[in-house]
Amino acid sequence: MENLEKILSEHPFFDGIGKTYLDILTGCARNVHFEAGAYLGREGEDATSFFLIRKGKVALEIRTPQRPPLVILTLEDGDILGFSWLVPPHLWRFDMRAVGSVRALALDGRCLRGKCEENHDLGYELLKRFAYVVDNRLQATRLQLLDVYAAARA
Amino acid sequence: MEPAPCRVLHVGRETHDTFTLTLEVTPEGRAEFAPGQFSMLYVFGVGELPISISGDPGVPGRLTYTVRVVGRATEALARLRAGDWVGVRGPFGSAWPVEAARGMDVLIVAGGIGIAPLRSVVYHALRNRDAYGRLIILHGARSPKDLLYRADFRHWNRQAETRALTTVDHGDMRWRGRVGVVTTLFRYVRLVPERTIAMLCGPEIMMRYVCAEICGNHRIPPSQIFLTMERNMKCAAGFCGHCQFGPYFICKDGPVFSYEKVKPLLGIHEL
Repeated sequence: MENLEKILSEHPFFDGIGKTYLDILTGCARNVHFEAGAYLGREGEDATSFFLIRKGKVALEIRTPQRPPLVILTLEDGDILGFSWLVPPHLWRFDMRAVGSVRALALDGRCLRGKCEENHDLGYELLKRFAYVVDNRLQATRLQLLDVYAAARA
Repeated sequence: MEPAPCRVLHVGRETHDTFTLTLEVTPEGRAEFAPGQFSMLYVFGVGELPISISGDPGVPGRLTYTVRVVGRATEALARLRAGDWVGVRGPFGSAWPVEAARGMDVLIVAGGIGIAPLRSVVYHALRNRDAYGRLIILHGARSPKDLLYRADFRHWNRQAETRALTTVDHGDMRWRGRVGVVTTLFRYVRLVPERTIAMLCGPEIMMRYVCAEICGNHRIPPSQIFLTMERNMKCAAGFCGHCQFGPYFICKDGPVFSYEKVKPLLGIHEL
């Protein structure tokens, strides 16, 4: 438990978060490990948690008909993976594949949603932090959509 | 200014649509250049076009260019072989602030072929390693097959206080590197605002996103950010007006500008 709390407190996502909240978060956290090729979650499955990646790389993939899956983003050491636990209907929107061996902390989404309902201050604190990550991903996705490196014939 | 004939020493393929041309400069030409400058390359009987110099400024008598095939003149350049001749005017234009960057961390952010004019800065910084702080190179490409200078990136990552990261906008299951736009690489670097000078080259939209990231999230002031602008160029001497950008001519006043100087212009629609 002590070790989990230390890991959480040192993660940039939880930078400056209060001890009370940290205790609650630690109670919902566990260490997880995935071998290369394993899936942390599959599209359409229940999004029961989110992950703080400690070591390794995870590919977010979209399945495409008659073609191999398309990788739209990779996440690695220090990154946050997964918002679907927070947003109804709480189903994963992508496949999340471990590119190599991955070590992470999984935070139980159901547990946290319950805690946030009980303690709205905690809920607001978490939402602010997730909103920042979501906004960054949204901006990056917009830039990705523009396909700015495509060749323009002279 | 008349083009000086220069002999092609080597043409090397970089990717499916990009190649690097190395020229030997004859006594009629000028081989000295500052990182960031460009030349007008004249393919005899075809046409002339501006190309940034991508080589090492510390190697005398040589001019190196990395070119993406996008039209008739670049196709003709790609067909050249060792021993052929090319007309060269220049070097022209403003340079990256490598002197002002002394003692600072140098952040290089490049998109696509934008890494070419910045490679000269990397060569210069590594040749004068003690003069600079950390060297951070972030490069984004469209897909794994579009990544340039892979051997250089491996070499740069082996140098002291140097970190070179690449990412691609789109990947597939075989690709084991990073996927995400170039701004996503900022998650993996730590920047010290008062000690960092940033040099950016790539599509203008990409540079706007990068500027928003480094000014907003990393607090680097616009006066410490430099970028290259691009517009159609013809004379390269500020006479014809083809490359006018607000009050500036890219060929003469640029291509390297301080972000502080061009920031108001970047917000003007269709400029």
